[in-house]
Amino acid sequence: MNATQTRWRWLLWVAVALLLLAAPFLIEATLGRAWVRIADVALLFIMLALGLNIVVGFAGLLDLGYIAFFAVGAYCYALLASPQLAIHWPFLVLLPLGAMVAAVFGILLGAPTLRLRGDYLAIVTLGFGEIIRVLLNNLNRPVNITNGPQGITLIDPLQIGGFSLAQTHSFAGLTFTALHSYYFVFLACAVVSIIISRRLEDSRIGRAWVAIREDELAAASMGINTRNMKLLAFAMGATFGGVAGGLFASFQGFISPESFHLIDSIMVLCMVVLGGMGNVAGVVLGAVLLTALPEALRYIGPLQQRWFGEVFIDPSDLRMLLFGLALVLMMLFRPSGIWPARRRTAENVTERMTEKRHASG
Amino acid sequence: MQAADILLAATGISKHFGGLAALTDVSISVRRGEIFGLIGPNGAGKTTLFNVLTGLYAADAGELAFDGQTITGSKPHRVARQGIARTFQNIRLFGGMTALENVMVGRHVRTRTGVLGAVLRTRGAAAEERAITRRARELLDYCGLAARAGTLARDLPYGDQRRLEIARALATEPKLLALDEPAAGMNATETATLRKLLERILAGGVALLLIEHDMKLVMGLSHRVAVLDYGEKIAEGEPAAVQRDPKVIAAYLGGTVV
Repeated sequence: MNATQTRWRWLLWVAVALLLLAAPFLIEATLGRAWVRIADVALLFIMLALGLNIVVGFAGLLDLGYIAFFAVGAYCYALLASPQLAIHWPFLVLLPLGAMVAAVFGILLGAPTLRLRGDYLAIVTLGFGEIIRVLLNNLNRPVNITNGPQGITLIDPLQIGGFSLAQTHSFAGLTFTALHSYYFVFLACAVVSIIISRRLEDSRIGRAWVAIREDELAAASMGINTRNMKLLAFAMGATFGGVAGGLFASFQGFISPESFHLIDSIMVLCMVVLGGMGNVAGVVLGAVLLTALPEALRYIGPLQQRWFGEVFIDPSDLRMLLFGLALVLMMLFRPSGIWPARRRTAENVTERMTEKRHASG
Repeated sequence: MQAADILLAATGISKHFGGLAALTDVSISVRRGEIFGLIGPNGAGKTTLFNVLTGLYAADAGELAFDGQTITGSKPHRVARQGIARTFQNIRLFGGMTALENVMVGRHVRTRTGVLGAVLRTRGAAAEERAITRRARELLDYCGLAARAGTLARDLPYGDQRRLEIARALATEPKLLALDEPAAGMNATETATLRKLLERILAGGVALLLIEHDMKLVMGLSHRVAVLDYGEKIAEGEPAAVQRDPKVIAAYLGGTVV
């Protein structure tokens, strides 16, 4: 790479950064405030998808109960920062704590499933996800801990000193509503998640995970402690989920077991698979697309009303229909995702081209 | 024979699969600085013995000692750390990784960067990462694969895949390299290249344990050979002597001399 290219690359990054910083204001001005909330949620899902990508994409362990770690993080935050147990700890303590508790749950799930692969692992993780949800749903008797199906309300917002993200602030002529403030916190967390994912991928640890995915037996014979590395993958993935869960609880101010269903695990898995399993950029793209598209489809209802005078297809039905169609088409035409991992494409192609040159020359 | 000369000692190894006795009371010992050949007809138990030696199977009976330490019942990654590296009869590379990355995985056991080092990209971690890449490139070059560094392992030609497995195994800094039919499927030129490579590895101070069906190769290279038949060791000694052993001739050829 020469100096000009380096400079262009820098300019590109600065432009992307500025765009991301201005995004909530641009979105509010063009699409309305509802879309700022969607952007916030998309950033949370980026974190979740990146966490699951460590488990499924890197280490190749199919986890269908991933949302449980999101739930653990969310409840960890909610219980210790709400009137429910009358505890109000600061978020700077609670987020790392949520990450750690989720990591412990990750290891708890990982330990009994070490010998399982593929379908069998998927079934057990699916069960684990349900266990967590059912527990949260029923831990209101005989001692009320989680408040059961009613969920936990009045969860503290993120707050440093007297500065609460839930209030509206004005700064430099811009109005920061809660949605805006949370956007920047979530953006920072998502960027950190991306950096962590990329650095892990290009490390000794990341290569060990991929080696296990490719051939567990050969990996063990090369001196990789497969048991510890798999547990590490579960714990790291769960950590991302735990942090995202805590942020989610503070953002919503209310959580209930309803937010952590199997379909949510599957949604996150779809983000990973559709985006490009194992590729950080692809997973981010998948998370953004799958958060935004269902929301965009909501406009279909009013449009039908305007054009035909009545609603033929309910937008939520259409959503599942298009979603299924998209999955089928993807599996047919781009089985490794919209933006597949580098290892499977780019290098492959350039290498083949040089090979051809050798062959013909 | 001095005890200190013995690198690997397997004593009285037995392994059953259900009612099938794959190995019965097999003992072999590999000395430092030698090539030890393991031969026998198909299904004689050679690969089973390899899998026991490298920790993939637990032996039903018997003792394993390597480099002065007991490794009986050790897990594969422990065995690799002790200094036994292996290749597989049916090549088991990390197909979706490049040739370079395959060899880099081999460095895992001799490096130490953890999650924190990798995420914070500390000076130590970055230096280690550079050292891993450098060593992996050296080993690719050593095995004649320098031009293939960026190719996915699954896209490599067969002979290159075999050599890449050797490069990956060497990356773990083994004291003993166990090769399961390295010349299988190779043509005469490739086998000749392989032979030179194996001799160079030996000269570098690594002992070799070799399962091979190419008699010219294994008899020409090995200092000593052991012959397995139906899970039992029927002969052991220098290649020339073993070749004349009537039991070996019977096992292989049903009585005819080569």
